Amino acid sequence: MNNSLLDSRRPSSEPESRVSAPQRHAKPFNLTRWVGATLVIFWLLVAIFGPMLAPHPVGALVADKIYSGASAAFPLGTDYLGRDMLSRILTGARYTVGLALIAALLSSLIGASLGMLAALAPRWLDESVSRLNDALISIPSKMLALVMVSAFGASIPLLILTAVISYAPGAFRISRSLAANIATLEYVQVARTRGEGKLYIAAVEVLPNMFHPVLTDMGMRFVFIVLLLSGMSFLGLGVQPPMADLGSLVRENIGGLSQGALAVIGPALAIGTLTIGANLLIDSLSANRGQQGE
Amino acid sequence: MNNSIFKIVLGRLSSGVSTLLIVSLVIFAITALLPGDAAQQILGQFATPEQVAALRIQLGLDQPAPLRYLSWLGGLLSGDLGQSVSNAMPVSELMAGRLPNSLLLAGITTVIAVPIALLLGIASAMCRDRLLDRILNVCTLSMVAVPEFLVATLAVLIFAVHLGWLPALSYVSTVEGVGDFIRIYAMPVLTLCAVLVAQMARMTRAAIINQLDSPYIEMARLKGIGPLRRVLNHALPNALGPIANAVALSLSYLLGGVIIVETIFNYPGIAGLMVDAVANRDLALVQACAMLFCAAYLVLVLIADLCAILSNPRLRHQ
Repeated sequence: MNNSLLDSRRPSSEPESRVSAPQRHAKPFNLTRWVGATLVIFWLLVAIFGPMLAPHPVGALVADKIYSGASAAFPLGTDYLGRDMLSRILTGARYTVGLALIAALLSSLIGASLGMLAALAPRWLDESVSRLNDALISIPSKMLALVMVSAFGASIPLLILTAVISYAPGAFRISRSLAANIATLEYVQVARTRGEGKLYIAAVEVLPNMFHPVLTDMGMRFVFIVLLLSGMSFLGLGVQPPMADLGSLVRENIGGLSQGALAVIGPALAIGTLTIGANLLIDSLSANRGQQGE
Repeated sequence: MNNSIFKIVLGRLSSGVSTLLIVSLVIFAITALLPGDAAQQILGQFATPEQVAALRIQLGLDQPAPLRYLSWLGGLLSGDLGQSVSNAMPVSELMAGRLPNSLLLAGITTVIAVPIALLLGIASAMCRDRLLDRILNVCTLSMVAVPEFLVATLAVLIFAVHLGWLPALSYVSTVEGVGDFIRIYAMPVLTLCAVLVAQMARMTRAAIINQLDSPYIEMARLKGIGPLRRVLNHALPNALGPIANAVALSLSYLLGGVIIVETIFNYPGIAGLMVDAVANRDLALVQACAMLFCAAYLVLVLIADLCAILSNPRLRHQ
């Protein structure tokens, strides 16, 4: 029997994130959580089933009129070539959500495992890895993405790699300090005295107790990565045609902006609702956790 | 006592410089790792081997990478940023032409955003957990997650298409009088402010609430001091350091934000120059712009750190 597995104590002080630290409420305002959860689940379902539900083929020129408004045949209007916007958004969402999910998962996985190992590693190794990590953090993500694309060209594996290099260092920093906090607690010291190895301590004693904060952090990283990748696509330096994520859709149709075309607003609002939803959900969850911990 | 603070500041400065060095190494490594060869890339597939070899020597690509890094670094320090291949102009000249525009845009945005953000942050800290605070919380929380091009397209839609007050695109060359100035800068600044204000207001609120939770504020309340005086006279002076820290950190958002905003409004700034350079694979220009942005980011973070250190008497008197 290992009692420490049942110990659900969490670190009392969470490291501050530099961007929009989650704040505590006296009473969690549950409406925001439901709004957030609904939006996130909606976009996840669209990413999974969207392409099957698309009424028209994605690349087909189906309408005579370009930049048309909403109609029964084309609920979200048509784009700059006369393609159905609804079908294009349903398909584009899969790229936006899918790429960001993969990149966020990889960043957190790599960042968290390296961070945990650094916290338990010998001091010199920990310090040199952390120093390199600090330097990587101080390259703004868009800047790194622009440099990467200028050197290697835009491709989907490169975009994912760029997002991971940009956002794994943040995950590393947070999980390293979480793990360092946990490593000083009694039950870890007991395990150490018991003669357990480092890997055992990392996997059985430390990891279960930092799982929730790391998960919350991954949610934030997902939002940042969606913004980064759709920003790059908007600049024409992200997902390349014939594939199109939501950012590319805004770029393609930007010519219709002066007419107030639905084809520009639609995909831009789609990204906005996804990221706002995710942010509201994460904030209400972490506010609630902060309260439980008190 | 002054000696120790001098030491801390000096330590921060030197760690900032060493971080910048590592950053320059990372940027150089990425652009030097090119699978093919920059010369081949520039000349295209149909170049003769002699042409490629000649350009390689001209670009200094025949030298080993560490040597090229050192000469590039030396060039950066002495202001010689190399030649832009796509514009056939020195990089430094190109950047000098665009930099003032970007600084002006960032400056105007800062002057407008900071007071609004401080006001919102203080207001929501004072009304903590009441209706105003909750509404502001949801609004700022949503704004920080919104992509710049959504704000920009909505702004164009409302102010240029429906109301017809403003032109959809920015052209700095045609400024004549204050009216033109406002018409040109209104939308880029509005777009940048939207996210910046939200982020700064959240951090300001957190900084003040942190103070409001401390014992000396409870003491002030027990003495019977009203809420407004408690915040303005007691909490605010102590929160100035954290707030300055928050402002400097939030301003670093501008470095990413201008990239989208300058592109969408055709604003002739340095970020637009960089995006074009990336599309043309003009590596010397990309490297120089990236170093400029990274240095600016590091300076802002350094200022934020120094504000936090200098305003904390415990750190000062160690």
